[in-house]
Amino acid sequence: MPEQLLWSAEVFLNGLMAGVLYALVALGFVLIYKASGIFNFAQGVMALFAAMTLYGIMNGLVPFAHLINAVFGTEIHYFGWNVPALAAILLTVGVMIGFSYLVQRFIFRYLVGQEPIILFMATIGLAYFLEGVGDLMWGSDIKTLEVGLPQGINETIDQVTFDAFGYGFFIDNLDIVASCVAAVLVMALVIFAQYTKQGRAMRAVADDHQAALSVGVSLNFIWILVWSLAGFVALVAGIMWGAKSGVQFSLSLIALKALPVLMLGGFTSIPGAIVGGLIIGVGEKLFEFLIGQPYLGGATENWFAYMLALIFLLFRPQGLFGEKIIERV
Amino acid sequence: MKMRLATWAAAALMAASPVMADLVFPSLDYRTGPYAANGIPLADGYQDYFNMLNERDGGIGGVMTRVLSCETGYNTEKGVECYESTKGEGSLVYQPYSTGITYQLIPKATADDIPIHSMGYGRTSAKNGKVFSHVFNYPGSYWDAASIAVKHIIDVSGGDVSDKKIALVYHNSAYGKEPIRTLEELSKKHGFELTLLAVDHPGQEQKSQWLQIRRERPDFVLMWGWGVMNQVAIQEAANIRFPMENFIGVWWSGSENDVLPVGEAANGYKALALSSPGMDYGVYDDLKTYIYDKGLAAGNGDQMGTVLYNRALYAAMLAAEAAKIAQEIHGVADITPGMMRDGMEALDMSDARMEELGFAGFAPAFKVSCENHGGSGKGAVQQWDASAKTWTLITDFIESDKSIIDPLIAEDSAAFAAENNIEERCN
Repeated sequence: MPEQLLWSAEVFLNGLMAGVLYALVALGFVLIYKASGIFNFAQGVMALFAAMTLYGIMNGLVPFAHLINAVFGTEIHYFGWNVPALAAILLTVGVMIGFSYLVQRFIFRYLVGQEPIILFMATIGLAYFLEGVGDLMWGSDIKTLEVGLPQGINETIDQVTFDAFGYGFFIDNLDIVASCVAAVLVMALVIFAQYTKQGRAMRAVADDHQAALSVGVSLNFIWILVWSLAGFVALVAGIMWGAKSGVQFSLSLIALKALPVLMLGGFTSIPGAIVGGLIIGVGEKLFEFLIGQPYLGGATENWFAYMLALIFLLFRPQGLFGEKIIERV
Repeated sequence: MKMRLATWAAAALMAASPVMADLVFPSLDYRTGPYAANGIPLADGYQDYFNMLNERDGGIGGVMTRVLSCETGYNTEKGVECYESTKGEGSLVYQPYSTGITYQLIPKATADDIPIHSMGYGRTSAKNGKVFSHVFNYPGSYWDAASIAVKHIIDVSGGDVSDKKIALVYHNSAYGKEPIRTLEELSKKHGFELTLLAVDHPGQEQKSQWLQIRRERPDFVLMWGWGVMNQVAIQEAANIRFPMENFIGVWWSGSENDVLPVGEAANGYKALALSSPGMDYGVYDDLKTYIYDKGLAAGNGDQMGTVLYNRALYAAMLAAEAAKIAQEIHGVADITPGMMRDGMEALDMSDARMEELGFAGFAPAFKVSCENHGGSGKGAVQQWDASAKTWTLITDFIESDKSIIDPLIAEDSAAFAAENNIEERCN
């Protein structure tokens, strides 16, 4: 095979893997938007907060230690224990459920029936609040997540492709794990939505929340449920991205990677988030490889993702899998 | 009644008046935001050194110092706001720790007669004091760094790099693009092939760049990164099994924050250094006695000895020394920012003086003059030992290639002077 074709194939595969990571972030947006019509600006910060909390629990950090020490003149930083990764993940899920309850109890309960832009603004406020609380709770230093995820080149793929084509493909083990996790996550979400009572109630609220209310579905409960699910998805995204770069503030900026995915896949479709992620991942990587680096000086990925999404929007304003909104006056 | 009114009036007047007896050193901090992990040691080191001077010496020349913190979040607009809101307090010198903020402040601070010290960052051609009267970038600039890195590569390649490929992975910003021109000139001079690979902010996703490196197999990779870009780049380099000893970062890509998240895989990574690492200096004895042991350390008090904390100590020491010289030149203790500028221009950091200040062996000696605001332009190469979690200097302080850099500085500063109608000084 010609060299250029082999390299393109390698870039294509890596684009798919990157797309899965983008889709992981986009999923959280979709869950909340679908059930409540809220575009959750805080999703990226939730991923950061969840990953910081996981690190804090695993390493026995005392939350708000700096504040406590400053107020009481103490020198407390650690509880003195370490929690195994799996138990820490479960505890972090608990924290995210608690967070969802508080968000519902103190913010969105008072905003039911408000314009979408008001709800959106509330999530902006929530994002900044959570950023500050996260810093105060766990500190701003870079945290290394050690949850046992493999990293580095996959030797088998490298060897097999080398034997077959004379060029070994680079695929990161972490990306393979992320793809498997994303597949399981999507399947679990679909099964939950299709076959459980709570899942059906969630879909009912998504279709028509007033009709759902009239048959006794608790809007409060469903919103807490949806925010908890989004919190769980944020934790998964936080673990995957945090393993790449350490847990630090810029983890919250991964939300920027999810926006073109949402525009392309639609804000209301779980499969849309996955397919959108894959298209964006492959599209931006191939564009960078074929045009960006040779002709435009590189670093085209950020803007090309948005351009690709905008091109799709010209033909399908609701996104590839989004629901077509028909409003009659 | 009249007496009471007069007392209240006097008290109100005193409260409203600026404190005139302090030497004010503004600190444009970023303890929050995407670069907080780097901003915290920089802010802590700066604060701790001035607090130590107050505790140990009663300030500088008998006048207490005051560090005036303002949070920028590494945001250029906020940085300018911080400048505007603090300059009226008698701020003596601004050290923004951001190339973006520095570029914005150059015309403002010059007009306000306040000096800027952009130590190892900012506008490289500010080294030319004939044009940039109020901007100082001693002891080294980005162009010095590019030249030092190439000199090191030539050294480890046995003196000839004409058959070598060097790739530059850079932050796609004014900062990241600074060394390109110099590297292009050095490529012409030494015959190596240069590949440029831009990474967009914040740099969390760099797969394309490292796949290209894997395909093109450059012999060496240089990095001009900051924040998360550094950790991801080092991780990606490890993933593609790029030899770490051939991967060299600028001095802003060489702190503990950049290598610790990568773990063992970062072992052998190299970075340039403006000063020596560690805590084996006299100044740390005084910091321990007067600050740490008294519980006065800034922030969490957990940054001592890190690369960026040391850099901030160095910056604070240079500022304090310039203030002292300014006091001597003008014969007053309560100096103005304009006098501070004169002190900076007369700075003479000899080895003997560094030793007196507790910085023996910390950094090379240098002298500032009206023409040269950039100091010696020397830097060393340090290497990361992942098991010991320490940086070690592996070279002496290397002088940059002035035959390449000086003409570039003259050209760039002349263009700036023409654009802004600046008449050359120092004649």
